Amino acid sequence: MQNEWPLWEVFIRGQHGLSHRHVGSLHAADAEGAIKNARDVYTRRNEGVSIWVVEARQIAASSPGDKGPFYEPANDKVYRHPGFFDIPDDAGAM
Amino acid sequence: MYAQMIRSTGSKVKTPEEMDPQERAFQERIDAGGKIEPRDWMPEGYRRTLIRQIGQHAHSEIVGQLPEGNWITRAPTLERKAILLAKVQDEAGHGLYLYCAAETLGVSRDELTRDLLSGKMKYSSIFNYPTLTWADMGAVGWLVDGAAIMNQVPLQRTSYGPYARAMVRICKEESFHQRQGFDIMMKMANGTKEQRAMAQDALDRFWYPSLMMFGPSDENSVHSAQNMAWKIKMNTNDELRQKFVDQTVPQAEFLGLTVPDADLKWNEERGHYDFSEPDWDEFFEVLAGNGPCSADRMEARNKAWDDGAWVREGLLAHAEKKKSRAVAAE
Repeated sequence: MQNEWPLWEVFIRGQHGLSHRHVGSLHAADAEGAIKNARDVYTRRNEGVSIWVVEARQIAASSPGDKGPFYEPANDKVYRHPGFFDIPDDAGAM
Repeated sequence: MYAQMIRSTGSKVKTPEEMDPQERAFQERIDAGGKIEPRDWMPEGYRRTLIRQIGQHAHSEIVGQLPEGNWITRAPTLERKAILLAKVQDEAGHGLYLYCAAETLGVSRDELTRDLLSGKMKYSSIFNYPTLTWADMGAVGWLVDGAAIMNQVPLQRTSYGPYARAMVRICKEESFHQRQGFDIMMKMANGTKEQRAMAQDALDRFWYPSLMMFGPSDENSVHSAQNMAWKIKMNTNDELRQKFVDQTVPQAEFLGLTVPDADLKWNEERGHYDFSEPDWDEFFEVLAGNGPCSADRMEARNKAWDDGAWVREGLLAHAEKKKSRAVAAE
């Protein structure tokens, strides 16, 4: 058991014009096999109209340890949210 | 339950004072309903216990294909055959979702497979019983998948993110499994005298093994206490077993079948059915690998792995050849 097939991450676009979304992972010898396996494992009930697969080792991810400092710049910019501004009702729909 | 008697650290649950700051923060996050994700810090005991539990759960889905696979070629109609085939394919899918969840904890698929094939890792005791008649397909869907749902629905809220997400997918599909089983039972129970007898016989044989699926009482188990604190076990075995009995007895009555338990009766005071315990000596024997079909199941899994080796190796060799050709063409 030394020749394990590589791990692929699977992304599927549902039927409602949404973005591709990560649904899980699987093993396959190559990309073509990964797409076929993804069809059988993740779309048995018409869950999608498009499949992306990418080898898991190709994904770069942010480190969970950085959670605080990494996202901190967003914390003090509440004015980015529309609710920050008080607009009188008289101004009409906005 | 597809995961039975999952060992934990073996120590009693630590108090917040006994934990170091990292572990305390981890436990507080779980207590607050937060999810743990693969790259987050986790205690080694949490990681190991989850590998055991998710691995056993995955193995159960895979081995669980065998008792039903036994009837695919002998289904009574083409429609029943197509439905059973779809159901068994779902079980393979469930195994794969769960193996992927286990792999996020740092164990490889091949390690998990090796430990199943060597007998080091277990699978649910229920799949070591034979499926003797077509009515057993009904009983398995109705009772075995029914018991699995009892355990899996609360596990959708488990603390480990990948496990919880796998359970959400699985629960959506399990409902089809249980209903197709009950549909078979309805047909048989309303059929000829012989068909009714087959339905009753299937219930007689699967009732106690189904109750065993939840495992023996774990009220005083340190393993269960730790796993519940970590929210990788959501209810005690007795709670789930009681819930299963309360739900299933009226369904048996609806079918006009008799649950094989002379002491079964509604307890008005408790608001639950009183029922007899299964034979726990039998359970431990089956779990130790001495069930009626244990040897067959292990042999079938080992044969499938060995017979599939040339396919796995061939596809990998083909992928490598294609890759080197693409590089040469550049």
